[in-house]
Amino acid sequence: MPSTLLDERTDTGLNPRQRQAARATQVTSYATRLGRIGRGLLGFALLALIWEFVPRLGLVDSYFLPPLHTVLSAWWEMVQDGTLWTNLRASLVRSATGFSIALAIAIPLGAAIAWYRPTREVLTPPLEVFRNTAALALLPVFQLILGIGETSKIAIVTYACFFPVLLSTISGVSTVDPQLLRSAKVLGLGPVTTFRKVVFPAAVPTIFTGIRISGAAAILVLIAAELIGATAGLGFLINYSEMNFLIPKMYAAILTTTLLGLTVNYGLVGLERRFSRWRA
Amino acid sequence: MSARIDLSDVGQVFWVQDDADKQKRQFVALEDVDLTVSAGEFLTLVGPSGCGKSTILDLISGLTKPSAGTLRIDGRPITGPGLDRSVVFQQYTLLPWRTARANVEFALEAKGGLTKAERVRIADEYLELVGLSEFANRLPGELSGGMKQRVAIARSLSYQPEVLLMDEPFGALDAQTRERLQEELLGIWRRTGTTVVFITHDIDEAVFLGQRVAVMSAAPGRIREVVDIRLDRSAAGDDDIRGTQAFAGYRHRIWSLLRERTGRPEEVASVA
Repeated sequence: MPSTLLDERTDTGLNPRQRQAARATQVTSYATRLGRIGRGLLGFALLALIWEFVPRLGLVDSYFLPPLHTVLSAWWEMVQDGTLWTNLRASLVRSATGFSIALAIAIPLGAAIAWYRPTREVLTPPLEVFRNTAALALLPVFQLILGIGETSKIAIVTYACFFPVLLSTISGVSTVDPQLLRSAKVLGLGPVTTFRKVVFPAAVPTIFTGIRISGAAAILVLIAAELIGATAGLGFLINYSEMNFLIPKMYAAILTTTLLGLTVNYGLVGLERRFSRWRA
Repeated sequence: MSARIDLSDVGQVFWVQDDADKQKRQFVALEDVDLTVSAGEFLTLVGPSGCGKSTILDLISGLTKPSAGTLRIDGRPITGPGLDRSVVFQQYTLLPWRTARANVEFALEAKGGLTKAERVRIADEYLELVGLSEFANRLPGELSGGMKQRVAIARSLSYQPEVLLMDEPFGALDAQTRERLQEELLGIWRRTGTTVVFITHDIDEAVFLGQRVAVMSAAPGRIREVVDIRLDRSAAGDDDIRGTQAFAGYRHRIWSLLRERTGRPEEVASVA
């Protein structure tokens, strides 16, 4: 069985033409696939074991890093008494709202900017400046202007999500294959139809790259904002548990943010695959 | 469905910046091009690369406007792209997110006035014409180069243009696929009677396909001579017409025309 990267990548198999002629992809044996999944699970189990036994064996203070089972039971407790759901919901509503607002503005705006060359040339440098200004650095500004309530949190999520989507839309629209545009022109299509039927579908995979980055940013920035000032939300739950020395609960809340991040990321990757299937 | 094309005194000049001294100067892509393609004719256009073959096609398709002279289709001046003409490019230019059938439908959507069911029916009809019925639901990424070009041809024919313009459509295909498609194209042309202007740099292809071959020279691009091709295709029967004496004669004639030109500076340099 190939083991090192060198063996794996240089192992001979069907070349693309043979694959086409045979109309088949080479089989990966059942055992190989099972082995891959098994090793993935093994890594997972190793991590869990380390977390469980490092505090137990006294290698770290178990007060600051409780064993995994303690954290999991604290997690289950919070699931049952509804604390987790209340805070998760608060975070979800905020990030989903901010994310949606960002998409609703960034995609049409990006398309418009890319469509007209002069606007693109004028706006790209300032947009780069905004994009490279860390959203969290602006949190005090948002709180100053919008207060510490919901508005400033949603606003900062919107800000963080806005630029990746805007810039990827601009890049997707402006890099459409000129040959496709020529063939649309030959068919006598007007600019609006050309945009709707050729430019936008061609740009979707590129736009999705931005959407995926935004999805991750939405959660990241929101948790950080909630750590600083909030009365509900996962970030609040982490901070509150720490302040009250409810250390297992703090870890349980952190684990929840991890799960949320994984779910959002894999969900968006799945959507991206679906919309980019044609990009071989 | 066919139309006659007239080009008279057509010239095309581009402003370019010289790579060496960064001076702006004029580049004469075409000069005094006179050409008439009669209705239903199959005309091939050969010439060295950079001689302005594609520029002529861009002008007929209406993608660009000439600096001088006039272009007419059935006597009407060409002012822009229109559905009376269609173009098959060398790069397949299929919409990669649409299936073969939906790509043909794309042209029919542009034509307008058809229901979804009618579009599907016509698309399937033309996919059958190019022998791709069973691949109607495949995405372009799942088709070979030859198949993609067949889809592009089906798309170009689906809205029944009067003129079919082809810009080195088989240039990126392997030799066997190219020959098969050449034969099929001739069959389709005989059935539809569309006027065809076909650009190539391959002399064999030009002789095999064209009723007439327009030979171009470069810098500035001009039509050097138009050669009538009279090959008795029916007499060849199952034999390869490319192997006949007559074919070889035409090939040599065009080869010589392309050779004996006023040497361009680059060519002189490359010889030395």
